[in-house]
Amino acid sequence: MAKILVVTSGKGGVGKTTSSAAIGTGLALRGHKTVIVDFDVGLRNLDLIMGCERRVVYDFVNVIQGDATLTQALIKDKRLENLYVLAASQTRDKDALTLEGVGKVIDELAQNFEYVICDSPAGIEKGAHLAMYFADEAIVVTNPEVSSVRDSDRMLGLLASKSRRAENGEEPIKEHLLLTRYNPERVVKGEMLGVEDVEEILSIRLLGVIPESQAVLKASNQGVPVILDDQSDAGQAYSDAVDRLLGKEVNHRFLDVKKQGFLQRLFGGRE
Amino acid sequence: MSQADLNDQIPVFQLKGSMLAITVLELAQNDLERLDQQLAVKVEQAPDFFNNTPLVLALDKLPAECDLDLPALIALCRKHGLRTLALRAGDPQIVEAASRLDLPVLPPSGARERKLDIASKAPAEPAKPAEPVYRPTRVVTTPIRGGQQVYAQGGDLIVLAAVSPGAELLADGNIHVYGPLRGRALAGIKGDTNARIFCQQLAAEMVSIAGHYKVAEDLRRDPLWTEAVQMKLSGDVLNITRL
Repeated sequence: MAKILVVTSGKGGVGKTTSSAAIGTGLALRGHKTVIVDFDVGLRNLDLIMGCERRVVYDFVNVIQGDATLTQALIKDKRLENLYVLAASQTRDKDALTLEGVGKVIDELAQNFEYVICDSPAGIEKGAHLAMYFADEAIVVTNPEVSSVRDSDRMLGLLASKSRRAENGEEPIKEHLLLTRYNPERVVKGEMLGVEDVEEILSIRLLGVIPESQAVLKASNQGVPVILDDQSDAGQAYSDAVDRLLGKEVNHRFLDVKKQGFLQRLFGGRE
Repeated sequence: MSQADLNDQIPVFQLKGSMLAITVLELAQNDLERLDQQLAVKVEQAPDFFNNTPLVLALDKLPAECDLDLPALIALCRKHGLRTLALRAGDPQIVEAASRLDLPVLPPSGARERKLDIASKAPAEPAKPAEPVYRPTRVVTTPIRGGQQVYAQGGDLIVLAAVSPGAELLADGNIHVYGPLRGRALAGIKGDTNARIFCQQLAAEMVSIAGHYKVAEDLRRDPLWTEAVQMKLSGDVLNITRL
């Protein structure tokens, strides 16, 4: 039986789709059969980030409405044989999703995959609610910034009360904090919330800290999940996060200000 | 979580006793033709009166077993702008005819009983005194997130974790937060001025005891901001003292 993970945040633009793509790819790299599902109906971009936008024939809504089977809609990743993507519809909107329809699709996916990653849309309305309803674990993506923290807090409250596990009185969803766009220099200057500050406000387990990195923009433009750029700090940080998700103890890197040598400063190496 | 409890407790309806002024048409004879004529005359004299006026048809003065055509009578009244709300009658034939038409029947005049028993209670019920029933204190051990609301009805509330900004704590009694209070806390919401609020770190958005409140703007100026405090009401003023 698969593990259903939801990547959610409340706030928009914090790195949910980037993280879904990276974590899904990371799990597949480690040999687990993984599918990433885009729940952002109408504003889909998981297919762009994964680089499969030219191969989308059928989407999530087609499967729910019975116009296509799951096998027809699933897109196999070109780079990894364990990785599949279920794109969202671009022409419809969130009202096309129904609880029963989504439930059926997730059940079918759970039988064929080890990990089902639900890439949630921003907000707390129907799309986000359906994305997190069936989850076993949740990765709450947060920027170290006050409005993102507040929205993540709200989302945590919803995970604890409006998910299927909560409504049936089962064990609660396991929550992980993924802090993205972290900039240690600004934290030291006092401009940005630090890891401890965010942990104190949200009080959930820290899964990983992804540093602010130019590699992320490059990766999304190329349609390559950033975790495959293993030279970049963001890619490596995502890799560490996936290891921690699988239970390994890994030290947090990229938390401290990088000490640049004289030559580096001279030649401006700002990665 | 608590939103559902709160929705259950908000009453959907209220039953009230009321004295309504209503027109009663006492039918003296079972003569629908003459009734029609005489009503028409009345309508000409006072057309506004006959504009969908609610009516009680009193049929108790009719001779017994007079073979009244009730549907025709109701239709006749309606034709002249009189809407029959109920009948007043004792005759079993009429009562039966009325029930077929789904019309309520009031007992014949002279009987002061009302159909609605509950209305016989004094219309203005004084507020019930506080229930002497013991309600155990509500204890919450998980963090209370923004957007969540916890209401401890009839007692105290104890929270053993952080209360995030945007969260609301309500209690009829006291509120204890063994952690930072960053949301809102409203104690003694049914009017108990002896209620207190305790917290280990005062960082609240708003605190209130029996309706007397202070917002973060004022609380921040207090020297005990971010300290462990208890808050109580002295007269009209919220006092903050160190725990």
